[in-house]
Amino acid sequence: MNDFRLPLGDLAEGFIDVLTDTLGWFFSIVRTVFLAFYDAVEFVLVTPPFWVVILALAALAWVLKGWKLSLGTALGLLVIVGVDQWEHAMESLALVLVASAIAIALAVPVGIWTAGSDLASRIVRPVLDFMQTMPAFVYLIPALILFRVGVVPGIVATIVFAMAPGVRLTELGIRGVDSEVVEAGHAFGASRGRILRQIQLPLAMPSIMAGVNQVIMLSLSMVVIAGMVGAGGLGGDVVASLNRIDVALGFEAGLSVVILAIILDRITGALGAGRRRRDTTSRSTDAAARPDVDETPVPAASVAA
Amino acid sequence: MPEQHHTIERHSIAEHHSTSEHRSTAEHHDTAESPAPNAPAPNAPAPNALEVRGLTKFYGRRPAEALERLRDGATRAELAGLGTAAVIDVDFDVRQGEIFVVMGLSGSGKSSLIRMLNGLVEPTAGTVTVMGETLTGVAPRRLRGIRRKHVAMVFQHFALLPHLSVLDNTAYGLEIQGVPASERRERAERVLERVGLADWGHRFPSELSGGMQQRVGLARALAADADILLMDEAFSALDPLIRREMQEQLVELQQELGKTIVFITHDLNEAMFLGDRIAVMRDGRVVQIGTAEEILTDPADDYVAQFVQDVDRARVLTAGNVMEAPRALASAAAGPRAALRAMRDLQTSMVFVVASGRKLLGVAHDRDVLRLVRRGERSLDGAISADFAAVGPDVHLSELFESSVEQELPLAVVDDEGRLLGAVPRVTLLAALGNVPTDTAELQVLQTPATVSAEVMTATLRETAAAAPPDTPLPVDELALIEGSAS
Repeated sequence: MNDFRLPLGDLAEGFIDVLTDTLGWFFSIVRTVFLAFYDAVEFVLVTPPFWVVILALAALAWVLKGWKLSLGTALGLLVIVGVDQWEHAMESLALVLVASAIAIALAVPVGIWTAGSDLASRIVRPVLDFMQTMPAFVYLIPALILFRVGVVPGIVATIVFAMAPGVRLTELGIRGVDSEVVEAGHAFGASRGRILRQIQLPLAMPSIMAGVNQVIMLSLSMVVIAGMVGAGGLGGDVVASLNRIDVALGFEAGLSVVILAIILDRITGALGAGRRRRDTTSRSTDAAARPDVDETPVPAASVAA
Repeated sequence: MPEQHHTIERHSIAEHHSTSEHRSTAEHHDTAESPAPNAPAPNAPAPNALEVRGLTKFYGRRPAEALERLRDGATRAELAGLGTAAVIDVDFDVRQGEIFVVMGLSGSGKSSLIRMLNGLVEPTAGTVTVMGETLTGVAPRRLRGIRRKHVAMVFQHFALLPHLSVLDNTAYGLEIQGVPASERRERAERVLERVGLADWGHRFPSELSGGMQQRVGLARALAADADILLMDEAFSALDPLIRREMQEQLVELQQELGKTIVFITHDLNEAMFLGDRIAVMRDGRVVQIGTAEEILTDPADDYVAQFVQDVDRARVLTAGNVMEAPRALASAAAGPRAALRAMRDLQTSMVFVVASGRKLLGVAHDRDVLRLVRRGERSLDGAISADFAAVGPDVHLSELFESSVEQELPLAVVDDEGRLLGAVPRVTLLAALGNVPTDTAELQVLQTPATVSAEVMTATLRETAAAAPPDTPLPVDELALIEGSAS
């Protein structure tokens, strides 16, 4: 029995070979599209002077949350400029934004699909488990073969790795919508598409936004790994410092990743919390006008849930 | 008291479709101001709004086998191994303009039943016909059309869309029907006004209390202007005071709009209060269909009997249900002697005095009549007093207590034209509440014991017999006979 061995590795390799042979044209189209997408975003972030980008991001933070986040964003980005990592940080940011955007664009429809069908959910769940727990490095190998060295295998590996929470939280959010409200949509004769648009998606939005936030954070954690396949950016610096045992460079690049992560997390977090915050403020101001003389007010939480 | 302005105004916002013919949305708007006819006259057979035949819902594997066994009379428990038979072979019709209540404990299948009435749940067998259109087995698009046009629904936990304003929630059904924005806004505002939420249109559901949220739920269903309202435990989540208020408001709205309502509840008192007819469900089957009074006084089986024993009978039974034939009765034309004789025979201190056609003039007390007889008066007019309480036959017993306490005499039950239909003595009232039969003569006599003894009456009658008019109903010798039996 000693010589028995499951040839799974060979199978995977054979599968990738077949893919390269038969679908090579497809992968080169994907490569071109992703590259163009990345170049466009990178151009926007890298071309203007750093202070323009900092001002823009600070303004965004102000609009979404308030002056504190805005100030923190500006200071954090200035630190990145101060350690001379600005350009690499913007490359990484571009990679994160592109990968997250594509991951979300794929994850939300899949989440909607699995929320509507138990069979789909049962099929997709183990696939997501696989995507999320397979060590991220492993994706780089086939990605390298299929998309060649550069930023694209980094993006693809990031998408695969980061997509899972987007699907899961979308499904969770839609399944969590009060079934009676969905039933109300049906009872008044709304079509499925309408119920999805007018009831399920808006009510699942907090959960979906949490998914978006998770996708972005996971993408950022992939940035370093993507550096190993020549994606450049901060990941490139981290990999280089590891090779040279360069503590100084490693710390500066690593710190820049952390700063980017915190800023992205807070901004996307504010995006999701935005509606909830507006609801609570309007509720508390109107509470005084509520006629609860002879009626017991329903706890707001039960409605929001 | 902010709830006070919820009083319903008497103008109509949505007309009642008295036929199954349906008009287009545009025409709806044109006729929206026309007064709503009330529920169809009781004698005129209204066409059925809803027809349910052999409706069965089975959750589980092998439905065909389950159906066959159910058809052979298998109970839900016997099929437990296969799955759940939620609804078993239910038949009923709901007439237009009727409030039809389906009553049952949780798990009796009423929730599945109501969801089959608008196709939210697909029946395993049987058919549902809504306003002449069969709902069972039709294509999804057609089913949606029927829902938009004919059936609106009110939910137990309101099921409002939390991200839309109260006004947008109310207009939701109209939006799905494709009504233009300005028109649906206008119509939604009118319905909101009607349910007493005119000033709340721009608020969000989470800012409203439970009762107000359910008013929005009701407004949304009314605004959709469907023929039939399905109400699924609509008031069960509200606290008792608000629930009572909503029940009364619903009855009021129904009387104005003439909507057909199918109301699901586990609360028998609610069922009895609202329902023109009630279907009692148990273990998926309908065990009895009837009016509140029929179910209360003639339960189909022990289960129903047990169920109704706790019901608040005072809120269900009416004066007309419990009244007795007014035995203490005297015709004004027959004069005081006849009245006195009647009182003596019944040993009662009062009689109802009626004119021709049993029109109630008042009551006469024994002392007053005695006085007239002694004076030899021919007319009873001097003894007629208005010292009595009259109620209509539709008044609930709960509203009779106060008058009954204040009045020594039985309550007179009179119809709209003032004709005496019957009387409700206190004993009858008590007996009706306790579900005790009252058809024993003794009870009646105990009600208003004579204040003048029979001997005195007889003596008076005899003394004045000479002066009596020739047309005295009873000859003297016959009187003597009665005297003998009375003393």
